[in-house]
Amino acid sequence: MHDFLFGIFPYIALGVAIMGTIARYERDQFTWKTSSSQLLRRRQLVIGSILFHVGVLVIFFGHLIGLLTPIQVFEFIGISHGAKQMLALVVGGIAGVMALIGGGMLFHRRWTDPRIRQTSSFWDITILALLLVQLVLGLGTIFVSIDHLDGHEMVTFMFWAQGIFTFDAAAASYIADAALVFKLHLLLGLVIILVFPFTRLVHVLSGFAVPFRYLLTRPGYQVVRSRRSTPLPKRSGPVSPNQATAESKSAPPSGAAAGPAE
Amino acid sequence: MRVRAQIGMVLNLDKCIGCHTCSVTCKNVWTSRDGVEYAWFNNVETKPGTGYPTDWENQKRWKGGWERTRSGKLQPRQGSKWRILANIFANPDLPEIDDYYEPFDFDYDHLQSAPEMEAFPTARARSQVTGKRIEKIEKGPNWEEILGGEFSKRSQDYNFEGVQKEIYGEYENTFMMYLPRLCEHCLNPSCAASCPSGAIYKREEDGIVLIDQEKCRGWRMCVSGCPYKKVYYNWSTGKSEKCTLCYPRIESGNPTVCSETCVGRIRYIGVMLYDADRIEEAANVADTKDLYDAQLGIFLDPHDPGVVETARADGIPGDWIKAAQESPIWKMAMEWKVAFPLHPEYRTLPMVWYIPPLSPIQNAAEAGAIGTEGAMPDVRNLRIPLRYLANMLTAGDEEPIAQALERMLAMRSYMRAKTLEGVNDEGIAARVGLSGRVIEDMYRIMALADYEDRFVIPTTHREEVEDAYDLRGDCGFTDGNGCSTGISSGSLFGGKRRPLKMPAEVQ
Repeated sequence: MHDFLFGIFPYIALGVAIMGTIARYERDQFTWKTSSSQLLRRRQLVIGSILFHVGVLVIFFGHLIGLLTPIQVFEFIGISHGAKQMLALVVGGIAGVMALIGGGMLFHRRWTDPRIRQTSSFWDITILALLLVQLVLGLGTIFVSIDHLDGHEMVTFMFWAQGIFTFDAAAASYIADAALVFKLHLLLGLVIILVFPFTRLVHVLSGFAVPFRYLLTRPGYQVVRSRRSTPLPKRSGPVSPNQATAESKSAPPSGAAAGPAE
Repeated sequence: MRVRAQIGMVLNLDKCIGCHTCSVTCKNVWTSRDGVEYAWFNNVETKPGTGYPTDWENQKRWKGGWERTRSGKLQPRQGSKWRILANIFANPDLPEIDDYYEPFDFDYDHLQSAPEMEAFPTARARSQVTGKRIEKIEKGPNWEEILGGEFSKRSQDYNFEGVQKEIYGEYENTFMMYLPRLCEHCLNPSCAASCPSGAIYKREEDGIVLIDQEKCRGWRMCVSGCPYKKVYYNWSTGKSEKCTLCYPRIESGNPTVCSETCVGRIRYIGVMLYDADRIEEAANVADTKDLYDAQLGIFLDPHDPGVVETARADGIPGDWIKAAQESPIWKMAMEWKVAFPLHPEYRTLPMVWYIPPLSPIQNAAEAGAIGTEGAMPDVRNLRIPLRYLANMLTAGDEEPIAQALERMLAMRSYMRAKTLEGVNDEGIAARVGLSGRVIEDMYRIMALADYEDRFVIPTTHREEVEDAYDLRGDCGFTDGNGCSTGISSGSLFGGKRRPLKMPAEVQ
């Protein structure tokens, strides 16, 4: 069972997440959205949402870097396992509490406000509840790991995570001795990855893409789309009546302007 | 110079009777759906009033439109791109649905199905969001209809800026006008500028501003970015929606639904050519009072052979150029200078323009005694303060408004003299800088307003952009996701929204 949950299930979860995300983006982009409810009720949202999102993002990147960076990198920089664990405990702890407070406010708002409750889908409520439980479990691991600050246990999780991504058949065995709360945390994390494409969580990907799209790939502010199949030839300055008549006769009739800005 | 064509609209407020036919027909066509019950792509406000959503004109509060920074840069009033992204988790400038109104319906069925009771059965209100009883409706889409509500509230109207408004609260001095509003399809749309996803775009061929429902992710920066508050967040689909200028109709040469059904025949639709390279320059002039002139400055004369040839080179079809030459918008905005943009100070270069309304002469009792200039009353004695109209239409510059009102009064006197006395009084026309022939043209278009004169709409050139062979057997116009209904209830990805229960029985 352990081998299935931590050796095979991760691949199922990741596979479903990746394929599902692609399928949703491809087939049903209309449903790809943040599902914001700010319009219906502003109360509790502004503080709750900011706390929750900032906290969760810090935790997310903390996990990403902490788990998937090869251990040699830490050793090369000279961060000891104990120091790394301390960093994770402190930063993760603060961010976790932020996210828990924010998420709690959001959940309270979603559950008790009639407008939000009525317009919430099953997954809107469920995914928020799952995230909150996951936050509680994650914060719960602090009490276990505070007992042994040598960073050893953390390293086993790094091996496991990296083992999964490097198709190490023995990956699950690295964490066989981990405390129950860790195992639950990992398992719920995998479940959240599994359901990712079927929930509003997909907006996270858009959130990561948006700064690049808005700041880097979009010159200026405006977006103009054209339906022309062939772009208009470049031209500087106005055309004088005589010269243009000659040109427009020779030019193909479908000649046209600036291509689509998108 | 880069010539682009834009479908523009002019509304002759002098003839608006406030019947709301435009709003209702628009509603029936576009927003009679879940999630946008509260949204009116077209609405008619009674002015003075705070409007819909309440206080929409107050950009200190909503941060809509553009601002010129101290260093002379043009950026959305919400802030630069960085600032907008920083607010992505919660938009501090987003109105709540209560700023519009909580949509409601009534238990009509109860009127028929109620058992025998002591009291007469009534149809009580229910929220269309929660389905729960609303005991007291606090607001609606037209809450200040015909000066409804106290003056103290209505007079928070932003257009009273610089007007001694107290006297207009007195019964004898009160004034009102109607202001039908829709998306302005701006040349410099701030909704599009503030969309992080790039889902809002301006169409190159006709200037219509649309939201790509597939690309919209619901960051809702456009709702606060639009100073006219004409982008609406659909709380059911999680996407923003806005007036489409009925583009399927426009493409086939038909006027928008609001224009088609306008019983007062106040709406005009036509093509304007403008120089797309000078948009930023025009939107970024230092003094807001110059914005009206700056916008006039980027319109191109469709009769100028140089403009015509450049337009051709820029891919504007011949029939569009011809339509621009016959455009009622060009005549009213450029030739007669009687139409003005709504709130040019937002720097969006709006393209739905308004002819200011005439009003009765102030202090009717003294009407004989007050100043008249020759045969015409002084427009400064009209009941609607000039400054009020100027705040609405020219960023506070009274002169252009005064001239427009004088020209409209001159049109009346000239035509009165002509029809009653049989005299063509060129003097009247000359006094306002026009000629008798121009005035007769004005009369034909503004007063008689035949269908063909109001709507000069060239059809779109589909043949240039798509191969009809590929379209056969395709879905027709849909509002969402291709052939799907746009509401993915029960789909794998959309989840299932619990159906809204609207119990007919009163508990």
